[in-house]
Amino acid sequence: MIELTINGKKQQLDVEPDMPLLWAIRDIAGLTGTKFGCGKALCGACTLHLDGVAIRSCVTPVSYAAGKSITTIEGLGAEKMHPLQQAWIDHSVPQCGYCQSGQLMQAASLLAQNNNPSDKEIDQAMSGNICRCGTYPRIRAAIKDAAKATQS
Amino acid sequence: MSTVLKMDRREFLKGVGLSSGALTLGVAIPTGSVLAGASSNGTFHPNAFVSIDKTGLVTIIAHRSEMGQGSKTGLPMIVADEMEADWNRVSVKQGLADKAYGSQNTDGSRSIRRFYQPMRKVGATVKDMLLTAAAQTWSVDKKDCLVANHQVTHKPSGKSLHFGQLVGVAQTLPVPKDVTLKPEKEFRYVGKDVPIVDLEDMVTGQGVYGIDAHVDGMLYAQIERCPVYGGTVKSFDASAALKVKGVREVFVIEHKGIPTQFASVGGVAVIADNTWAAIKGRQQLKIDWDMGENRVYDSSSYRRQLEQAVNKPAKVVRKEGDATAALKATKKRITADYYLPALVHAPMEPPACVAWVQKDKAQVWACVQAPQGVQQVVAGGTGLKPEQVEVNVTLLGGGFGRKSKPDFVFEAAVISKRIGKPVKLNWTREDEVKHGYYHSVSAHHLEAAIDDNKVSAWLHRNAHPSISYTFDKNAEHASDGELSLGFADLPFAIPNIQHENGAIKGHTRIGWLRSVSNIFNVFASGVFVDEIAAARKKDPVDNLLELMGPDRHLSFDESGFKFSNYGENIEQYPYDIKRLKEVTRRAAKNSNWKAKTKEGNGKGICVYRSFLSYISMVVDVSVQDKELKVNKVYCVVDCGRVVNPDRVRSQMEGSIIFGLSLAYYGKITAKEGAIEQSNFHDYPLLRIPQTPEIHIELVQSEELPTGVGEPGVPPVAPALINAIFAATGERIRELPLNQRFSV
Ligand code: FES
Ligand code: FES
Repeated sequence: MIELTINGKKQQLDVEPDMPLLWAIRDIAGLTGTKFGCGKALCGACTLHLDGVAIRSCVTPVSYAAGKSITTIEGLGAEKMHPLQQAWIDHSVPQCGYCQSGQLMQAASLLAQNNNPSDKEIDQAMSGNICRCGTYPRIRAAIKDAAKATQS
Repeated sequence: MSTVLKMDRREFLKGVGLSSGALTLGVAIPTGSVLAGASSNGTFHPNAFVSIDKTGLVTIIAHRSEMGQGSKTGLPMIVADEMEADWNRVSVKQGLADKAYGSQNTDGSRSIRRFYQPMRKVGATVKDMLLTAAAQTWSVDKKDCLVANHQVTHKPSGKSLHFGQLVGVAQTLPVPKDVTLKPEKEFRYVGKDVPIVDLEDMVTGQGVYGIDAHVDGMLYAQIERCPVYGGTVKSFDASAALKVKGVREVFVIEHKGIPTQFASVGGVAVIADNTWAAIKGRQQLKIDWDMGENRVYDSSSYRRQLEQAVNKPAKVVRKEGDATAALKATKKRITADYYLPALVHAPMEPPACVAWVQKDKAQVWACVQAPQGVQQVVAGGTGLKPEQVEVNVTLLGGGFGRKSKPDFVFEAAVISKRIGKPVKLNWTREDEVKHGYYHSVSAHHLEAAIDDNKVSAWLHRNAHPSISYTFDKNAEHASDGELSLGFADLPFAIPNIQHENGAIKGHTRIGWLRSVSNIFNVFASGVFVDEIAAARKKDPVDNLLELMGPDRHLSFDESGFKFSNYGENIEQYPYDIKRLKEVTRRAAKNSNWKAKTKEGNGKGICVYRSFLSYISMVVDVSVQDKELKVNKVYCVVDCGRVVNPDRVRSQMEGSIIFGLSLAYYGKITAKEGAIEQSNFHDYPLLRIPQTPEIHIELVQSEELPTGVGEPGVPPVAPALINAIFAATGERIRELPLNQRFSV
């Protein structure tokens, strides 16, 4: 049994310690907002927060997350939509939508550390997240808008 | 971005449930034009696009698959507009596989173009019935009644009833045969930016994709497949796999021989309690393969075969005048050879589904583009009848053609049948890259004769394994359909034109990938025409406009070539040179084409009509010390009447990025029959720092709507190559560019 705190809730999961957090969250905890894209830390689809910092859950063993606080896309705007989620809506960012949980979690981690990122900082922070549909121009614009909203 | 609609739509929808006593209109449109069907007594009718319940909630079925292109919003918008429903009180529901909807095969950039008129009729029929119901209720003349904003009003008296209040009477009415469509200028939603119906779900992690489907009690499967297409399992040792905690069973999935079509390529399946256990078990398998006949497939020797095939006379596809003679006679002949590697789709969501096969029925939940085809394929794999297979289409995490091929659903169904339980099958990225239905590798040879500085002859010979090989082992030539994709439909007014297709056999499954053969054919012709401009010392835009010739409609009738015109009637959807020239001129204008560029910078253009839409792309690059950067892309699109402009723009943005990805990186190769790439490190895709600024202009048009999802892709790479030439004087004739530049 491994005890995880997911989106503020403590849960006991009966899993092997080497199981990537991604599969523990999807298959065992039943939260499917976090996506699988590559399994090798190459695409960012599986991004979630561990103690507020974006990590790739596909290569993070579940044991590493024990005792830490996990936030998934389901928990990001649970109380009130995160400014990024609102900006994503305002800019109609998603096409197929599949990569967007990871994009949002990555962007949220960026804004938590830097609420006024430059274009270059946005590009750097987001460069690990692939969007095959090509929503990048809107992701950039939405992050800038959300940053403004966070500042005011 | 301006949107006409706020997100309160969802709030409304949350508050109401679909109650019984709904008016359900079944409108069968198998031919796409004839309306038939009947209203029912309010019970669910699978042959239905629209139902209205007593609260007034309108439910519209999306019968095509949503993979990012936006048709799940666009088609219901058309219905809602015609029936004068308030979009905020419309709920969109994904339809099951059912012939009653007409074709659900979501590919070929067809959803809006094929269903624009039928969806209008669906909406107009509902509106007419609501009008009749109101007139009957009030015993007044129908002509005095008006439908607007979810209610019917009697003009003389001013009394009104909302849609929900009319359900009881409306469901007793016969379905009218002839209805009048509203004037297009009165559209309320069509032509406006409307947010997609799944938008909020997608940003909160609530969207359900194939990989997210869940059935209680399901197990999880992984399959180790033969590295070579057509190979089979000689023997295997599962003892170590079975020791992995959570692994339950290991067995062989049969391979039925080449061509596998949409069945499994076969392999060894590992069944476990969760995905991770299945993956670990799979890693422990020891399998002895018989690699089969395709083990000889090697991309470098295959390249030589392709190049030989295009450097000798081949099967003539289109012949106008006598290009061979003109090329022989000319004093100025230019030639060029091009080569483009195979590609794989790489949707962010790999193929994934849940299948549950029981004694007399099967259910699947899957990210599929062609649910009716899935019924056939699952029936084939399980011995059930197609109508016993229920196909629930989830959201698709990208499709690009991959999810038109339901081999993964076949596999899950075969496994579920064998284990007697529901099963989730989730392909890994490696599976997706190594066991694709590849976009063909191709070679091209082009020649042009230039006499008196005019182009007097054009010869294009191509060779590539055909999609037909996926279905017919002996196929050696491209089909008429493939030859109509940017090849023999060359729109230039040149007196002598010849198109030839060389023979070559396939070694992998070949499939259609976003814009299909247009990718390589438009690359070859789009770059070659730029080479002609250089040889003529003409501006590339002027050269293009001159070669497009006078305004006219092309038919290709006299050339012996059967132009498929994307399955549409050429009278209804002509090949209109005027529109092609118009998008060319606009792109030149938007990009300030003739302005001088800095040293190391350059602009390139490519213009083409595909999927019945006219698209131009101008790419602006800088090249410094082998470092290539795309600064800006200008795109003009004429796709007829636009239903949801924001989604057309987003498709163009996506197509540009898709086109740049394949230009920079796209390369799938094989050695000893096995695909060499495996994941995003060796099959990279464009990332955010490489994203150029994008400018898109939509031509305002009242022509019939035409394709959007694919036609943006083909002109991107050739325009980029032409821009590199403008910047450096270096002519690149093969992809991908990361072999030559740092991108
Ligand atoms: S799935 Fe984790 S980075 Fe791709
Ligand atoms: S929206 Fe489809 S992969 Fe990003």
